[in-house]
Amino acid sequence: MPRVTMTVNGKPVSGEVEGRRLLVQFLREDLDLTGTHVGCDTSQCGACVVHVDGHAVKACTMFAAEAEGADVTTIEGIAAPDGTLNAIQQAFQDHHGLQCGFCTPGMVMSAAALLAENPKPSEAEVRDYLEGNICRCTGYHNIVKAIMAASGQDVNAIAAE
Amino acid sequence: MPKDGGIGAASKRREDVRFLTGTGNYTDDINIRGQAYVHFLRSDVAHGRIEKLDTAQAAAMPGVVRIFTGADFEDVGGLPCGWQVTDKHGAPMQEPGHPVLAQGKVRHVGDPIAAVVADTPEQARDAAEAIIYDIAELPAVVDMKAALDPGAPKVHDELESNLCYDWGFVEENKPAVDAAFEKAAHVTTLELVNNRLIANPMEPRVAVGDYARSTDESTLFTTSQNPHVIRLLMGAFVLGIPEHKLRVVAPDVGGGFGTKIFHYAEEAFCTFAARALARPVKWTSSRSEAFMSDAHGRDHVTRIELALDADNNFVALRTDTLANMGAYLSTFAPSVPTWLHGTLMAGNYKTPLIHVNVRAVFTNTVPVDAYRGAGRPEATYQLERVIDKAAIELGVDPIALRRQNFVTEFPYETPVAVTYDTGDYNATMDKLEEIADLSGFDARRKESAKRGKLRGLGVNTYIEACGIAPSNLVGQLGARAGLYESATVRVNATGSISVMTGSHSHGQGHETAFPQVVADMLGIDESMIEIVHGDTARGPMGMGTYGSRSLAVGGSAMVRATEKVINKARKIAAHLMEASEADIELKDGQFTVAGTDKSVAWGDVTLAAYVPHNYPLDEIEPGLEETAFYDPSNFTYPAGAYACEVEVDPETGKVTIERFAAADDFGNVVNPMIVEGQVHGGLGQGIGQALLEGCTYDENGQLITGSYMDYAMPRADDVPFYQVDHSCQTPCTHNPLGVKGCGEAGAIGSPPAVVNAVVDALRSGGHDITHIDMPLSPSRVWTAMQG
Amino acid sequence: MYEFDFERPTSVADAVAALGTEEAQALGGGQTLIPTMKQRLAMPAKLVSLTGIAEMQGVRRNDAGELCIGGGTTHATVAREARDAYPALADLASHIGDPAVRNRGTIGGSLANNDPSACYPAAVLGSGATVVTSNREIAADDFFEGMFTTALEDGEIITEVRFPVPEAANYQKFEQPASRFALVGVFVARFSGGVRVAVTGAAEEGVFRWHEAEKALSSDFGPGAVEGLSVSADGMIADLHGSAAYRAHLVGVLTKRAVAAAAG
Repeated sequence: MPRVTMTVNGKPVSGEVEGRRLLVQFLREDLDLTGTHVGCDTSQCGACVVHVDGHAVKACTMFAAEAEGADVTTIEGIAAPDGTLNAIQQAFQDHHGLQCGFCTPGMVMSAAALLAENPKPSEAEVRDYLEGNICRCTGYHNIVKAIMAASGQDVNAIAAE
Repeated sequence: MPKDGGIGAASKRREDVRFLTGTGNYTDDINIRGQAYVHFLRSDVAHGRIEKLDTAQAAAMPGVVRIFTGADFEDVGGLPCGWQVTDKHGAPMQEPGHPVLAQGKVRHVGDPIAAVVADTPEQARDAAEAIIYDIAELPAVVDMKAALDPGAPKVHDELESNLCYDWGFVEENKPAVDAAFEKAAHVTTLELVNNRLIANPMEPRVAVGDYARSTDESTLFTTSQNPHVIRLLMGAFVLGIPEHKLRVVAPDVGGGFGTKIFHYAEEAFCTFAARALARPVKWTSSRSEAFMSDAHGRDHVTRIELALDADNNFVALRTDTLANMGAYLSTFAPSVPTWLHGTLMAGNYKTPLIHVNVRAVFTNTVPVDAYRGAGRPEATYQLERVIDKAAIELGVDPIALRRQNFVTEFPYETPVAVTYDTGDYNATMDKLEEIADLSGFDARRKESAKRGKLRGLGVNTYIEACGIAPSNLVGQLGARAGLYESATVRVNATGSISVMTGSHSHGQGHETAFPQVVADMLGIDESMIEIVHGDTARGPMGMGTYGSRSLAVGGSAMVRATEKVINKARKIAAHLMEASEADIELKDGQFTVAGTDKSVAWGDVTLAAYVPHNYPLDEIEPGLEETAFYDPSNFTYPAGAYACEVEVDPETGKVTIERFAAADDFGNVVNPMIVEGQVHGGLGQGIGQALLEGCTYDENGQLITGSYMDYAMPRADDVPFYQVDHSCQTPCTHNPLGVKGCGEAGAIGSPPAVVNAVVDALRSGGHDITHIDMPLSPSRVWTAMQG
Repeated sequence: MYEFDFERPTSVADAVAALGTEEAQALGGGQTLIPTMKQRLAMPAKLVSLTGIAEMQGVRRNDAGELCIGGGTTHATVAREARDAYPALADLASHIGDPAVRNRGTIGGSLANNDPSACYPAAVLGSGATVVTSNREIAADDFFEGMFTTALEDGEIITEVRFPVPEAANYQKFEQPASRFALVGVFVARFSGGVRVAVTGAAEEGVFRWHEAEKALSSDFGPGAVEGLSVSADGMIADLHGSAAYRAHLVGVLTKRAVAAAAG
């Protein structure tokens, strides 16, 4: 089997993979990085979003072999080494942007990609950017709020009681 | 002032840290050394007789461990149904068998025919494709009305017909109801469909079976809302494994919404195969597989009639519903269109005479069972739609018509066999008018018109029955289970606490909210308390999480157990301080003697319990651990009022939700942040049902909406920010927390608001439309506008 | 999915050679092909990934003033780098799929697949672009041959797409609620020599030009020019998400809107 080598969360890794091995399988099964989830088989739900060379991609729709030489970041790789949550993770907790937690890794990775491209997105821009991330628990309200809060915007006025 | 801990505080969720860092432990994250993988060969036809099933060639393929077929399961039980409905003639429902793997016939697309266990998932699938089989296709029964035709093909040959039951409720009232219609000044009639839905928790189902030959113990890891129930159903009814040899673990579960209540064939298979092979066996559902194997929800066709007198008072209500059961009876399927639906047909209104008729029908489709709300959304939708139609016909304000008919005195005994203990429907409607800014609607409508859009407003109320349920009552109604909940409060020597609860958290935040209650009772910090759930080996028998029951029933059990702990701790404290037990007070984690400055800390008492050197050993045992089982005396009745504003694009029919407001009465609230999140999520699903979602079969029983390419899930840009309020609080009168439950409200209350709003928008544009069936997709709305 | 051999060449020549074997198939961004393979609806013996070929990447202007996009260029790159030169095209690219899909999916992959609901075919046909392959140039009018069918031969790779840049253009997409593909999409482009209107999503035969609208708009480029025009529902897709009549109706609505946006 061909060998693939890449950097995952800052660490060099390699492994033998069949051609059909998906990046998400390589991460979950070979590297035991089970934070990246699989929620569908039509590339729509976004539970598997990771960053490859800084870009958000669906790890279920990319072969591991295509990540040869790439720099991959997963949900396990974005908190500080001491475990301190990053600004997006913290905002998701502060604003109750997750319930069951299954879509959350993909949501957070998509949010990180959005804020890298657009540091102060409007509500509409956040909603538009999340087109490929499905959440069944939150009705999206607190996810959108959390992402806007993570971007430094004041969200206190949103749906104030 | 917001509290910073205890009941009423918006405590941040402790479970979030693991979910946000990718360190949760979902069932698919569990891999056991040496595990094999199963792939199910599923029927691709809706109805047929298995003429040939030859696995020999497939069994010889690389990596195949063994191939199982229905014949392997002839000596074990079928999947049981947990609720027996009695029909209006006093006869039990028709109850067909439900084999783990098909025996003789397949009855829906996705029905498992064979199961291939192999070393890798791909090998299992390769071999499944190599199985040689021949199914003689039979005519499929898809449409419910056609299924009841005398000559219709039968889903189950051994049954008399496709009618599961014909239920009348309350049957004795039928003549009086009919008589009231004869005399009514006005009758409004509406025929509608409550669209079939697929719950779609984002985590697909997974099962891992394991077996230890040395101890003869089986373990099942599964994506369940109620592991103890699975242990009971699977152990006692399917596989014949006694509880002490069977452990069921439901670790982090990625959403349930009802569809993970039920006992599924794949769970039984993995447990069975692990024993047969003495090897762990894992199944991970793909989403495509989930669409044809997870129980579906809703799927009712109803004719509802509302009779009013000359003053617009509701005088009688009559409904006739067909409810789809699918091909087999899923675990709680019979209860959904009956007891969870008929008992709510009074809604928030004092209609004195009600008759509900429900015929449950077998079809060649995936089994249908509870989905968020389960029966109550169907009741609310019918009622709140027919009231809006009546208001149109009578030319009266729909809110005023509702207010005029509200129940205002409590307790209120409905004509459909339940008693609302408390509520204030005018208060929630007042609050709704405020937070929805209904007085500003006309201005917003004009503004929309300037942009060429039709704006509509829809308002409705809802009531639900939660906290299922008094066991003796549901036993009379056909439940084959008790519906109490359990809790064990284990106080450790140093004062920290583990609470073992039978409730299961799969998004609801129990690990955060439950400690708030115990912390409040003991006056200690929440961080000293942990919640243990989801493992039959770690807690007492519990019934699990569904029907918005966790806090109302599970939380009440926890309160009762904590009260027992406090009672015992007071005895210990009295002994330590040489005081009378009657004088002992517990506040802020300190036991004090009334009227003195004597005190001992919580930790001193707990230590004494486990190091009982200075201890009343002649009166009480050492240790500090108490268990309580709580069986509620009534349901709880959350209620509220919802308002939706939509814009309709008259050129395309596209509906956008511009505003959505929800004023709920959940009684007391433990964690307002979590409660709001639950409402938001329910609204998302309710809006999804109203605008986007609909499971569709073609006339041959092929599933058209078999993936997210055709089944429209709500996305972030389909919904707005919601205005939610839970400040109207009439505490439940019969549970110790005064709580009612909030998990399903949003999904129950929102679909009629959306449809009412769209109808209002279209009528404002001159279209004489009184109803469109959900989902209100652009094409359906546009088609309706064409007349 | 079924097992296959995987190759990731770094030049077009090597890719063409790799594709010369039996049952070999090119892999662009894989955003359609990989889900198809998961369903075991495709079973290539060999997949030749085109993502490692530098010469197929990027957006540039050529001497003729055409905007040239490498066949392996992702939608995200087009959305970003074509923004100034051809805003309507960049806008179309920025609404294909979702952000993660746009970071992998490529223009060449989309065109070679020719999904009847895809967006890019509307831009290519509506612009009168030229599809450049590993061995020839194909005019847009000759490229699309019906649902999931193109003029491409086995083993032929789209290396570049050359877009003439119109004076004004706009793309209007009406999304299918579930897949978010185009239920109907209309691309309108006004050139000095006339107007082109291309429609995707609507027809069973895939993307097509609405000649009647083109003619009307070529003499009067405003929404009023297409008022009263309609396409026939014959041959339109009818499914759960919309009848043939609905799709035909949307073609008119979206054309009008695209013209209004382009003229504005």
